Amino acid sequence: MSENRSESETGLPAVDATGLPDHVTAGAIRESAARERREKLRMFLTNWQGLTGLILVVLFFASAIFAPWIAPYDPNALDVPSRLSGPTWDHLAGTDQLGRDTLSRILYGGRVALKIAAIGVSVALVAGLVLGMIAGFGPRWLDNLLLLAFDTVRAFPTIVLALAMVALTGPSLEMVLAIVIITSIPQYARVARTATLTLRNTDFILAERSLGASMARTLLHHVMPNVVGPLLILAAMDLPVVVTVEAGLSFLGLGVLPPTASWGTILNEGYLVIRDAPLMVIAGGIPLVLTTLGFTFLGEALRDIFDPRMGKGR
Amino acid sequence: MLYYLTKRLGLSAAVIGLVVLVLFSLLHLIPGDPATIALGPRATPEAIARYAEKMHLDEPVWRQFLIYIGNALTGDLGLDVFSNRPVTAIIMERIGFTLALVCAGMGWAMLLGIPLGCLAAVKPGSWLDRVTGVLSVGTIAVPSFLVSIWALLIFAVQLRWLPAIGAGEPGQLGDQLSHLVLPAFAIGLSWVGYLARMVRASMLEVMGENYIRSARAFGLHPQRVIFGYALRVAILPTITLIGMGFGGMISSTVFAEIIFARPGIGKLIFDAVMARNFPIVQGAVLVATGLYILVVLFSDILIAWFDPRVRESL
Repeated sequence: MSENRSESETGLPAVDATGLPDHVTAGAIRESAARERREKLRMFLTNWQGLTGLILVVLFFASAIFAPWIAPYDPNALDVPSRLSGPTWDHLAGTDQLGRDTLSRILYGGRVALKIAAIGVSVALVAGLVLGMIAGFGPRWLDNLLLLAFDTVRAFPTIVLALAMVALTGPSLEMVLAIVIITSIPQYARVARTATLTLRNTDFILAERSLGASMARTLLHHVMPNVVGPLLILAAMDLPVVVTVEAGLSFLGLGVLPPTASWGTILNEGYLVIRDAPLMVIAGGIPLVLTTLGFTFLGEALRDIFDPRMGKGR
Repeated sequence: MLYYLTKRLGLSAAVIGLVVLVLFSLLHLIPGDPATIALGPRATPEAIARYAEKMHLDEPVWRQFLIYIGNALTGDLGLDVFSNRPVTAIIMERIGFTLALVCAGMGWAMLLGIPLGCLAAVKPGSWLDRVTGVLSVGTIAVPSFLVSIWALLIFAVQLRWLPAIGAGEPGQLGDQLSHLVLPAFAIGLSWVGYLARMVRASMLEVMGENYIRSARAFGLHPQRVIFGYALRVAILPTITLIGMGFGGMISSTVFAEIIFARPGIGKLIFDAVMARNFPIVQGAVLVATGLYILVVLFSDILIAWFDPRVRESL
């Protein structure tokens, strides 16, 4: 190795192919990686925004998953004599126009939000990852074609596209999911594409290719692990958007259909009785704000710690 | 610049063409008779026959599309199912309300957000900077349709300061303005936060540049340095943000128009979806999307004009 021979001349430590000094052993590398992980964890634990976000997000998941056990009432149980009541010990967040307990409906509504967010974001992430890697690694014409398709989808304001689609098929949970997935794919795909493009001509990918690795193997084993990180951070930022789209569409009566409880349908029913029972639109909106706030804080903290460059241009 | 302009215009034209294709094929992707789907189950056989004739549904699909695109280019977007009036005329009646709302909402957000961001960047860590930081995260976390509902509840229903619904008597400017305040407040609020953050971040970057230091060393008035020199460069990423975010602005305008019963394009689309009046949905969605594409195009050209480096990137 020529670097080894030059050691005596320059007085610098020898450097081998990994770019690390000779005396650095595998154990030392592992240890420095562990130190880095500890450092990042410490950064996260001292970041009050990130911690607040984490607590809110855990609260959102827990309340949605355990709703059947913690909700005081059945979300669709009628109690007509105490309809449109304010906060009482029996109904902490009041009741709606049919006497259903708003708190229980909020807790069950979280399940709808969680379901849409979890399914929608994961499908959009995987589809965006695949399409983005194909665009970045494939031939030029395919890249241009996919970019044009992404630009077309992004040209529609989300709610406007949703209105056009619901106009033909009618409202349903599946339709909300489809809208969320279609409108989210381009942003994942664009980030994945940019990351793939920069990887495409790096030495280790070129080496892999020249050893005869198939395209699928290269993408799956070497490109993907390097692309997926930024996408996960993007997903944390995308989750509140998805939750908001579901609530917004359900609020318009174009998403989840009554009597199913969703934060959107609660707001819709509250909007109709806003003069008589203002509590409903307040109580129905708070979980939405807390969830959005939680995911935004968490996403920003993760971005600042793991990928400081992504913060620019935002 | 001319090369960039041609390429950028071509891209926008292609995207608009694809948007028309998507809107056109939505109707044909769904199984069943297009006329029945477009007009809904309550349409009379005569209306269906008239629609089928108007849309040339007996022709092959590709010819229908060419006829549709030809008509759209000459400003003919079809006829309203119920009143039989041209869709273009109906959209023209309504679009003024939407444009006024968008301009008012974006206007107050810029007037407040940009100076806030500047002042926060001039003295990082000051109380103003901290207040701006909390304010921007807070306003971003509340979805705009929730701001609309809550603003309606607080200022129109509880305090009765401002009118709740409608756009005011035609011809009476004062009345119309008072109807504009709440929706404009609602759609602009989150933008105050976005703009302040964005301007602050890019200002901080620019303030460290050498030419700012020289401007200061020359003894120029600090205000002149900030607003005359630094802001001119720092505003560029903000212009991109406004262009890209304009789709979100249209989405929140749709909500604001529905919640405040303001007769703009968003309310038009929503009512048409509810009444299954597909020609109106199709036409108004096309206009709203076209508007967004034009704004993005305009902001991109503006950036390229200011910053020659951008022209290379396309």
